[in-house]
Amino acid sequence: MTTRIGEIWVYLSASPLLGLTLTLLTYQGAVWVSRRLRNHPLANPVLIAVAVLVTLLTMTGTPYQTYFEGAQFVHFLLGPATVALAIPLYAQFGRLKRMVGPLLVALLIGSLTAAGSAVIVGRVLGASDATLYSLAPKSVTTPIAMGIAEHIGGLPSLTAVLVILTGILGAVGAQGLYALLKIDDPAVRGFALGVASHGIGTARAFQLSEQTGAFAALAMGLNGLLTSAMLPLVMPLLMYRMG
Amino acid sequence: MLSAITLLLLFQLVGEVVTRFFALPVPGPVIGMALLFAALAWRGGPSEGLRKTANDLLQHLSLLFVPAGVGVMLHVHRIAEEWLPIVSALVTSTFLTIAVTALVLRGLHVHEEQQK
Repeated sequence: MTTRIGEIWVYLSASPLLGLTLTLLTYQGAVWVSRRLRNHPLANPVLIAVAVLVTLLTMTGTPYQTYFEGAQFVHFLLGPATVALAIPLYAQFGRLKRMVGPLLVALLIGSLTAAGSAVIVGRVLGASDATLYSLAPKSVTTPIAMGIAEHIGGLPSLTAVLVILTGILGAVGAQGLYALLKIDDPAVRGFALGVASHGIGTARAFQLSEQTGAFAALAMGLNGLLTSAMLPLVMPLLMYRMG
Repeated sequence: MLSAITLLLLFQLVGEVVTRFFALPVPGPVIGMALLFAALAWRGGPSEGLRKTANDLLQHLSLLFVPAGVGVMLHVHRIAEEWLPIVSALVTSTFLTIAVTALVLRGLHVHEEQQK
């Protein structure tokens, strides 16, 4: 009996089936919990799913690489999903054209704030250089941020984690912050969330309304473009040491 | 649905080729998004099938970040060692960025609307 279970485990732990199925099951469970709590920002589905999966993998002693063999099929869909963001974006084309000036100024200031404040706070509190270079692109969507981190000398896999944490933070905190600052225009809400918290912020924004989501998607795309062009130039200034 | 997925993959593929050919710092899918947007503007909007497939895919956008998020287990050691600067940097920067971006955008936008 025990050897039979052992054999099955050996099969499952070597096949991508388990990692993939587990990801989908856990995520749907997390969405169910989140809905039961009426989409409360703290009950973020990514946060719940990641916490449950990390606990399961740690308890069973399964390495991340083994899990990822299966989960990569989900990870792969980030590409086509990014392309698909063109559709909600197109639906807001009219409003977008009217706001293009203010959007670009807000994007530039927001993008600089995201990278600059993260590196400065990290430096002041004594983070290592590798961590600082990995922190800088953290407001940009995962695939772009990993590319930037590699380019400027960070650790791409650490950046991926910091990106996800940033996304969760924004998705969890944005509504409270907007209430505090009395910001109610869905375009403004979406755009700021997209600049700071990329795809996870965008996923949250789509929960609020389609227009909020479209502006978050726009901000995410533009911030990806801007940060990848700007960060290699700004980073030496942020890392400058006197003497 | 099949043709819509094929179309999305095709635009991603063209994006990947373009970004590599011109050695751009931007990932292929983002170029793919820009190209699809241009195509939609040229054609006057998406077909019903493409609209529906994109909607289905984007509804579960959060799911797609889970595999990368689980990667946190690879960096437990570093995060435990540098938790204070990392957590402070993430929290400060995320909320400051949202607030600054939203206030700048609202300020400029309201100003423009009033001038009209």
